[in-house]
Amino acid sequence: MDSTEIGLWGVPLAMLGGAIRVSTPFIFVSLGEAITERSGRINLGLEGTLVFGAMTAYAVAVMTGSPWLGLLAAAAAGLCFGLFHGWICKFRGVNDIAIGIALMLFGSGLAFFFGKPFIQPSAPDLPAIPFGGWSDVPQVQAALNVNVLFLIGAALAVFLWWAFRNTRAGLILRVVGDSSDAARAMGLNPNTVRLLATGLGGALAGIGGAYLSLYYPGSWTEGISSGQGLMAVALVIFARWNPLGCFAAALLFGGAGALGPALQSVGVTQGYYLFYAAPYILTLIIMIATSSPSRSLAGAPGELSITK
Amino acid sequence: MADTVSSAGAPAMFGAKSYPAALEWIARRAEAFVIPLAALIVGMALFSLFIALVGKSPVQLYETMWRGGFGSWFSIQNSLSRAAPLLLAALCVALPARLGLVVIGGEGAIVLGGVAAAAMGVATSGAPAFFVVLAMGVAGLAAGGIWIGAVGALRHYRAVNETISSLLMAYIAIALMNHLVEGPLRDPASLNKPSTEPLAEAYRIGNIPGMDVHWGLVVGVIACILSWLLIEKTRWGFAARIAGGNVRAAQVQGLAVGPLIVGFTALAGGFAGLAGMLEVAAVQGSANASLAAGYGYTGILVAFLARHNPLAIIPVAFLLGGIDASGGLIQRRMDLPDATVLVLQGMLFVVILFSETFYGRFKAFNPDLWQRPVLLKGTA
Repeated sequence: MDSTEIGLWGVPLAMLGGAIRVSTPFIFVSLGEAITERSGRINLGLEGTLVFGAMTAYAVAVMTGSPWLGLLAAAAAGLCFGLFHGWICKFRGVNDIAIGIALMLFGSGLAFFFGKPFIQPSAPDLPAIPFGGWSDVPQVQAALNVNVLFLIGAALAVFLWWAFRNTRAGLILRVVGDSSDAARAMGLNPNTVRLLATGLGGALAGIGGAYLSLYYPGSWTEGISSGQGLMAVALVIFARWNPLGCFAAALLFGGAGALGPALQSVGVTQGYYLFYAAPYILTLIIMIATSSPSRSLAGAPGELSITK
Repeated sequence: MADTVSSAGAPAMFGAKSYPAALEWIARRAEAFVIPLAALIVGMALFSLFIALVGKSPVQLYETMWRGGFGSWFSIQNSLSRAAPLLLAALCVALPARLGLVVIGGEGAIVLGGVAAAAMGVATSGAPAFFVVLAMGVAGLAAGGIWIGAVGALRHYRAVNETISSLLMAYIAIALMNHLVEGPLRDPASLNKPSTEPLAEAYRIGNIPGMDVHWGLVVGVIACILSWLLIEKTRWGFAARIAGGNVRAAQVQGLAVGPLIVGFTALAGGFAGLAGMLEVAAVQGSANASLAAGYGYTGILVAFLARHNPLAIIPVAFLLGGIDASGGLIQRRMDLPDATVLVLQGMLFVVILFSETFYGRFKAFNPDLWQRPVLLKGTA
């Protein structure tokens, strides 16, 4: 009965809940990518890492019964992918964007290869905290059922924002990202810093993948990501490499992603597929609106190839 | 300055030993064959290791792959059929690459080209077959051309990164196709698999005489040859190569870089759209979700393996078409997942990109370095 009582209010409410639910993988991938891009490299392969992380987390959770072990395994797998990207890009003539595309295909292929037996069984979910207990309306309760990873992601965004400007590691990262020559003059090895930054970015993307398969949508299928890792990369540019901006943009994207299911839940079935394209269209519009041929992007790391 | 110029030329002029010109000619070109071939072999060796690690026999795998893709006339025809869309999808990557752009959203142009062609086929139904097929081809070309041309325009006039925007637009294109074939363009008779109205038999594109391969293969090969001529033999191709090397330099030279980028990306997208049209007119008979079969993504790999050379795309597309074609047999005979082929493709892709680092490192490929540098020391 409650569902008819709140009527169309269900749409914004479902979008709020959806924004929180859908945004979590965006938060992790975009924070990871922000670290990588701040070091002066771009890793488009996070899409593949996300899919492989989702598969790894699900498989390990099925086999051990612990979603947390699954999460850890996904982070480790993501770390491996990231370190591989970081290592191979140090060679002369190896293009970081092209390697990213290759790893996108390779990560997805590898995930489908090993993930086949895990499409059927069900894995334990990551826990959520019910913040909506005060309300009797089930939609409100559903919307405010917040997964712990969302909270960790929010805390991580604040921490990274602080760490980028206030810690030694943050300074080193920014120097390497802005000028390899300056970094070498300071006695830093840019390749090592980028290797670690890309590895860390991969690990965070793996955690994002674990969220996908262990919480929402909460199962392992081959279409589990469909470009979320890539959108997160675009989102980092939109957020101007600022972790707090990444968090806000991820929420916005989550809301756009929740538009389709939210409208469907109140019975709108026309143009179903077009609403599902909303996050992609939003990303594109934001990219068009925030890019300009005449000025370089404010806050862009100087060594980043994608903004040159 | 003058000193270094003369000393660089010195070995050739005063060289104690002179090598036959033919040998130098071969050596200069051998690099572009030997390095990709070696990378291919290394990639396949790594894949053998992977297959051995999951407990299967690599020998049996390659044997099965050979049988499924290249071993008989039947399997060769199957591979050629799969190569047809790959040729066009690879051009969608290779042409913009000459301008220094990495466009990876060919899948979107294929899908929309297919839908536009199917809609055109239904709309012109009743007209002579030649006219209908031509109109479908133009529709496919136009839809794909507009889609990827827009990516190029955004790149040049708004500085939107083309790699990300093209892939985003591929997802949008697939959503658009799903919307159209399940909504406005849906044939009510298609129940399980929403499709557009089927093309009349008279408007289907048939097979090349004597082969079980449709005419799309010929279209693809012609497109590759034309693209090669465009890049190597015309002033537009020359301008594109300059702009691909250095945009600023091209602009200083007075080249119209904007129209060049939009033109090349539109042509590239048009070829991919044509691949979609051929899928509809020669294979599916209508537009449906099968259009998004991943040719656009395999096409990326084909283009990179061919190092964006349109002529090299022809054999590489055949090779990867064969690997694709053997996927089913590998799955049945060896009890491996269908994604096995994707893993191989991913490995080849990574190794091929890694091999870029070896260009210019081997003395054997550079006749200028064959002479002992003794003379250089003497003159300097």
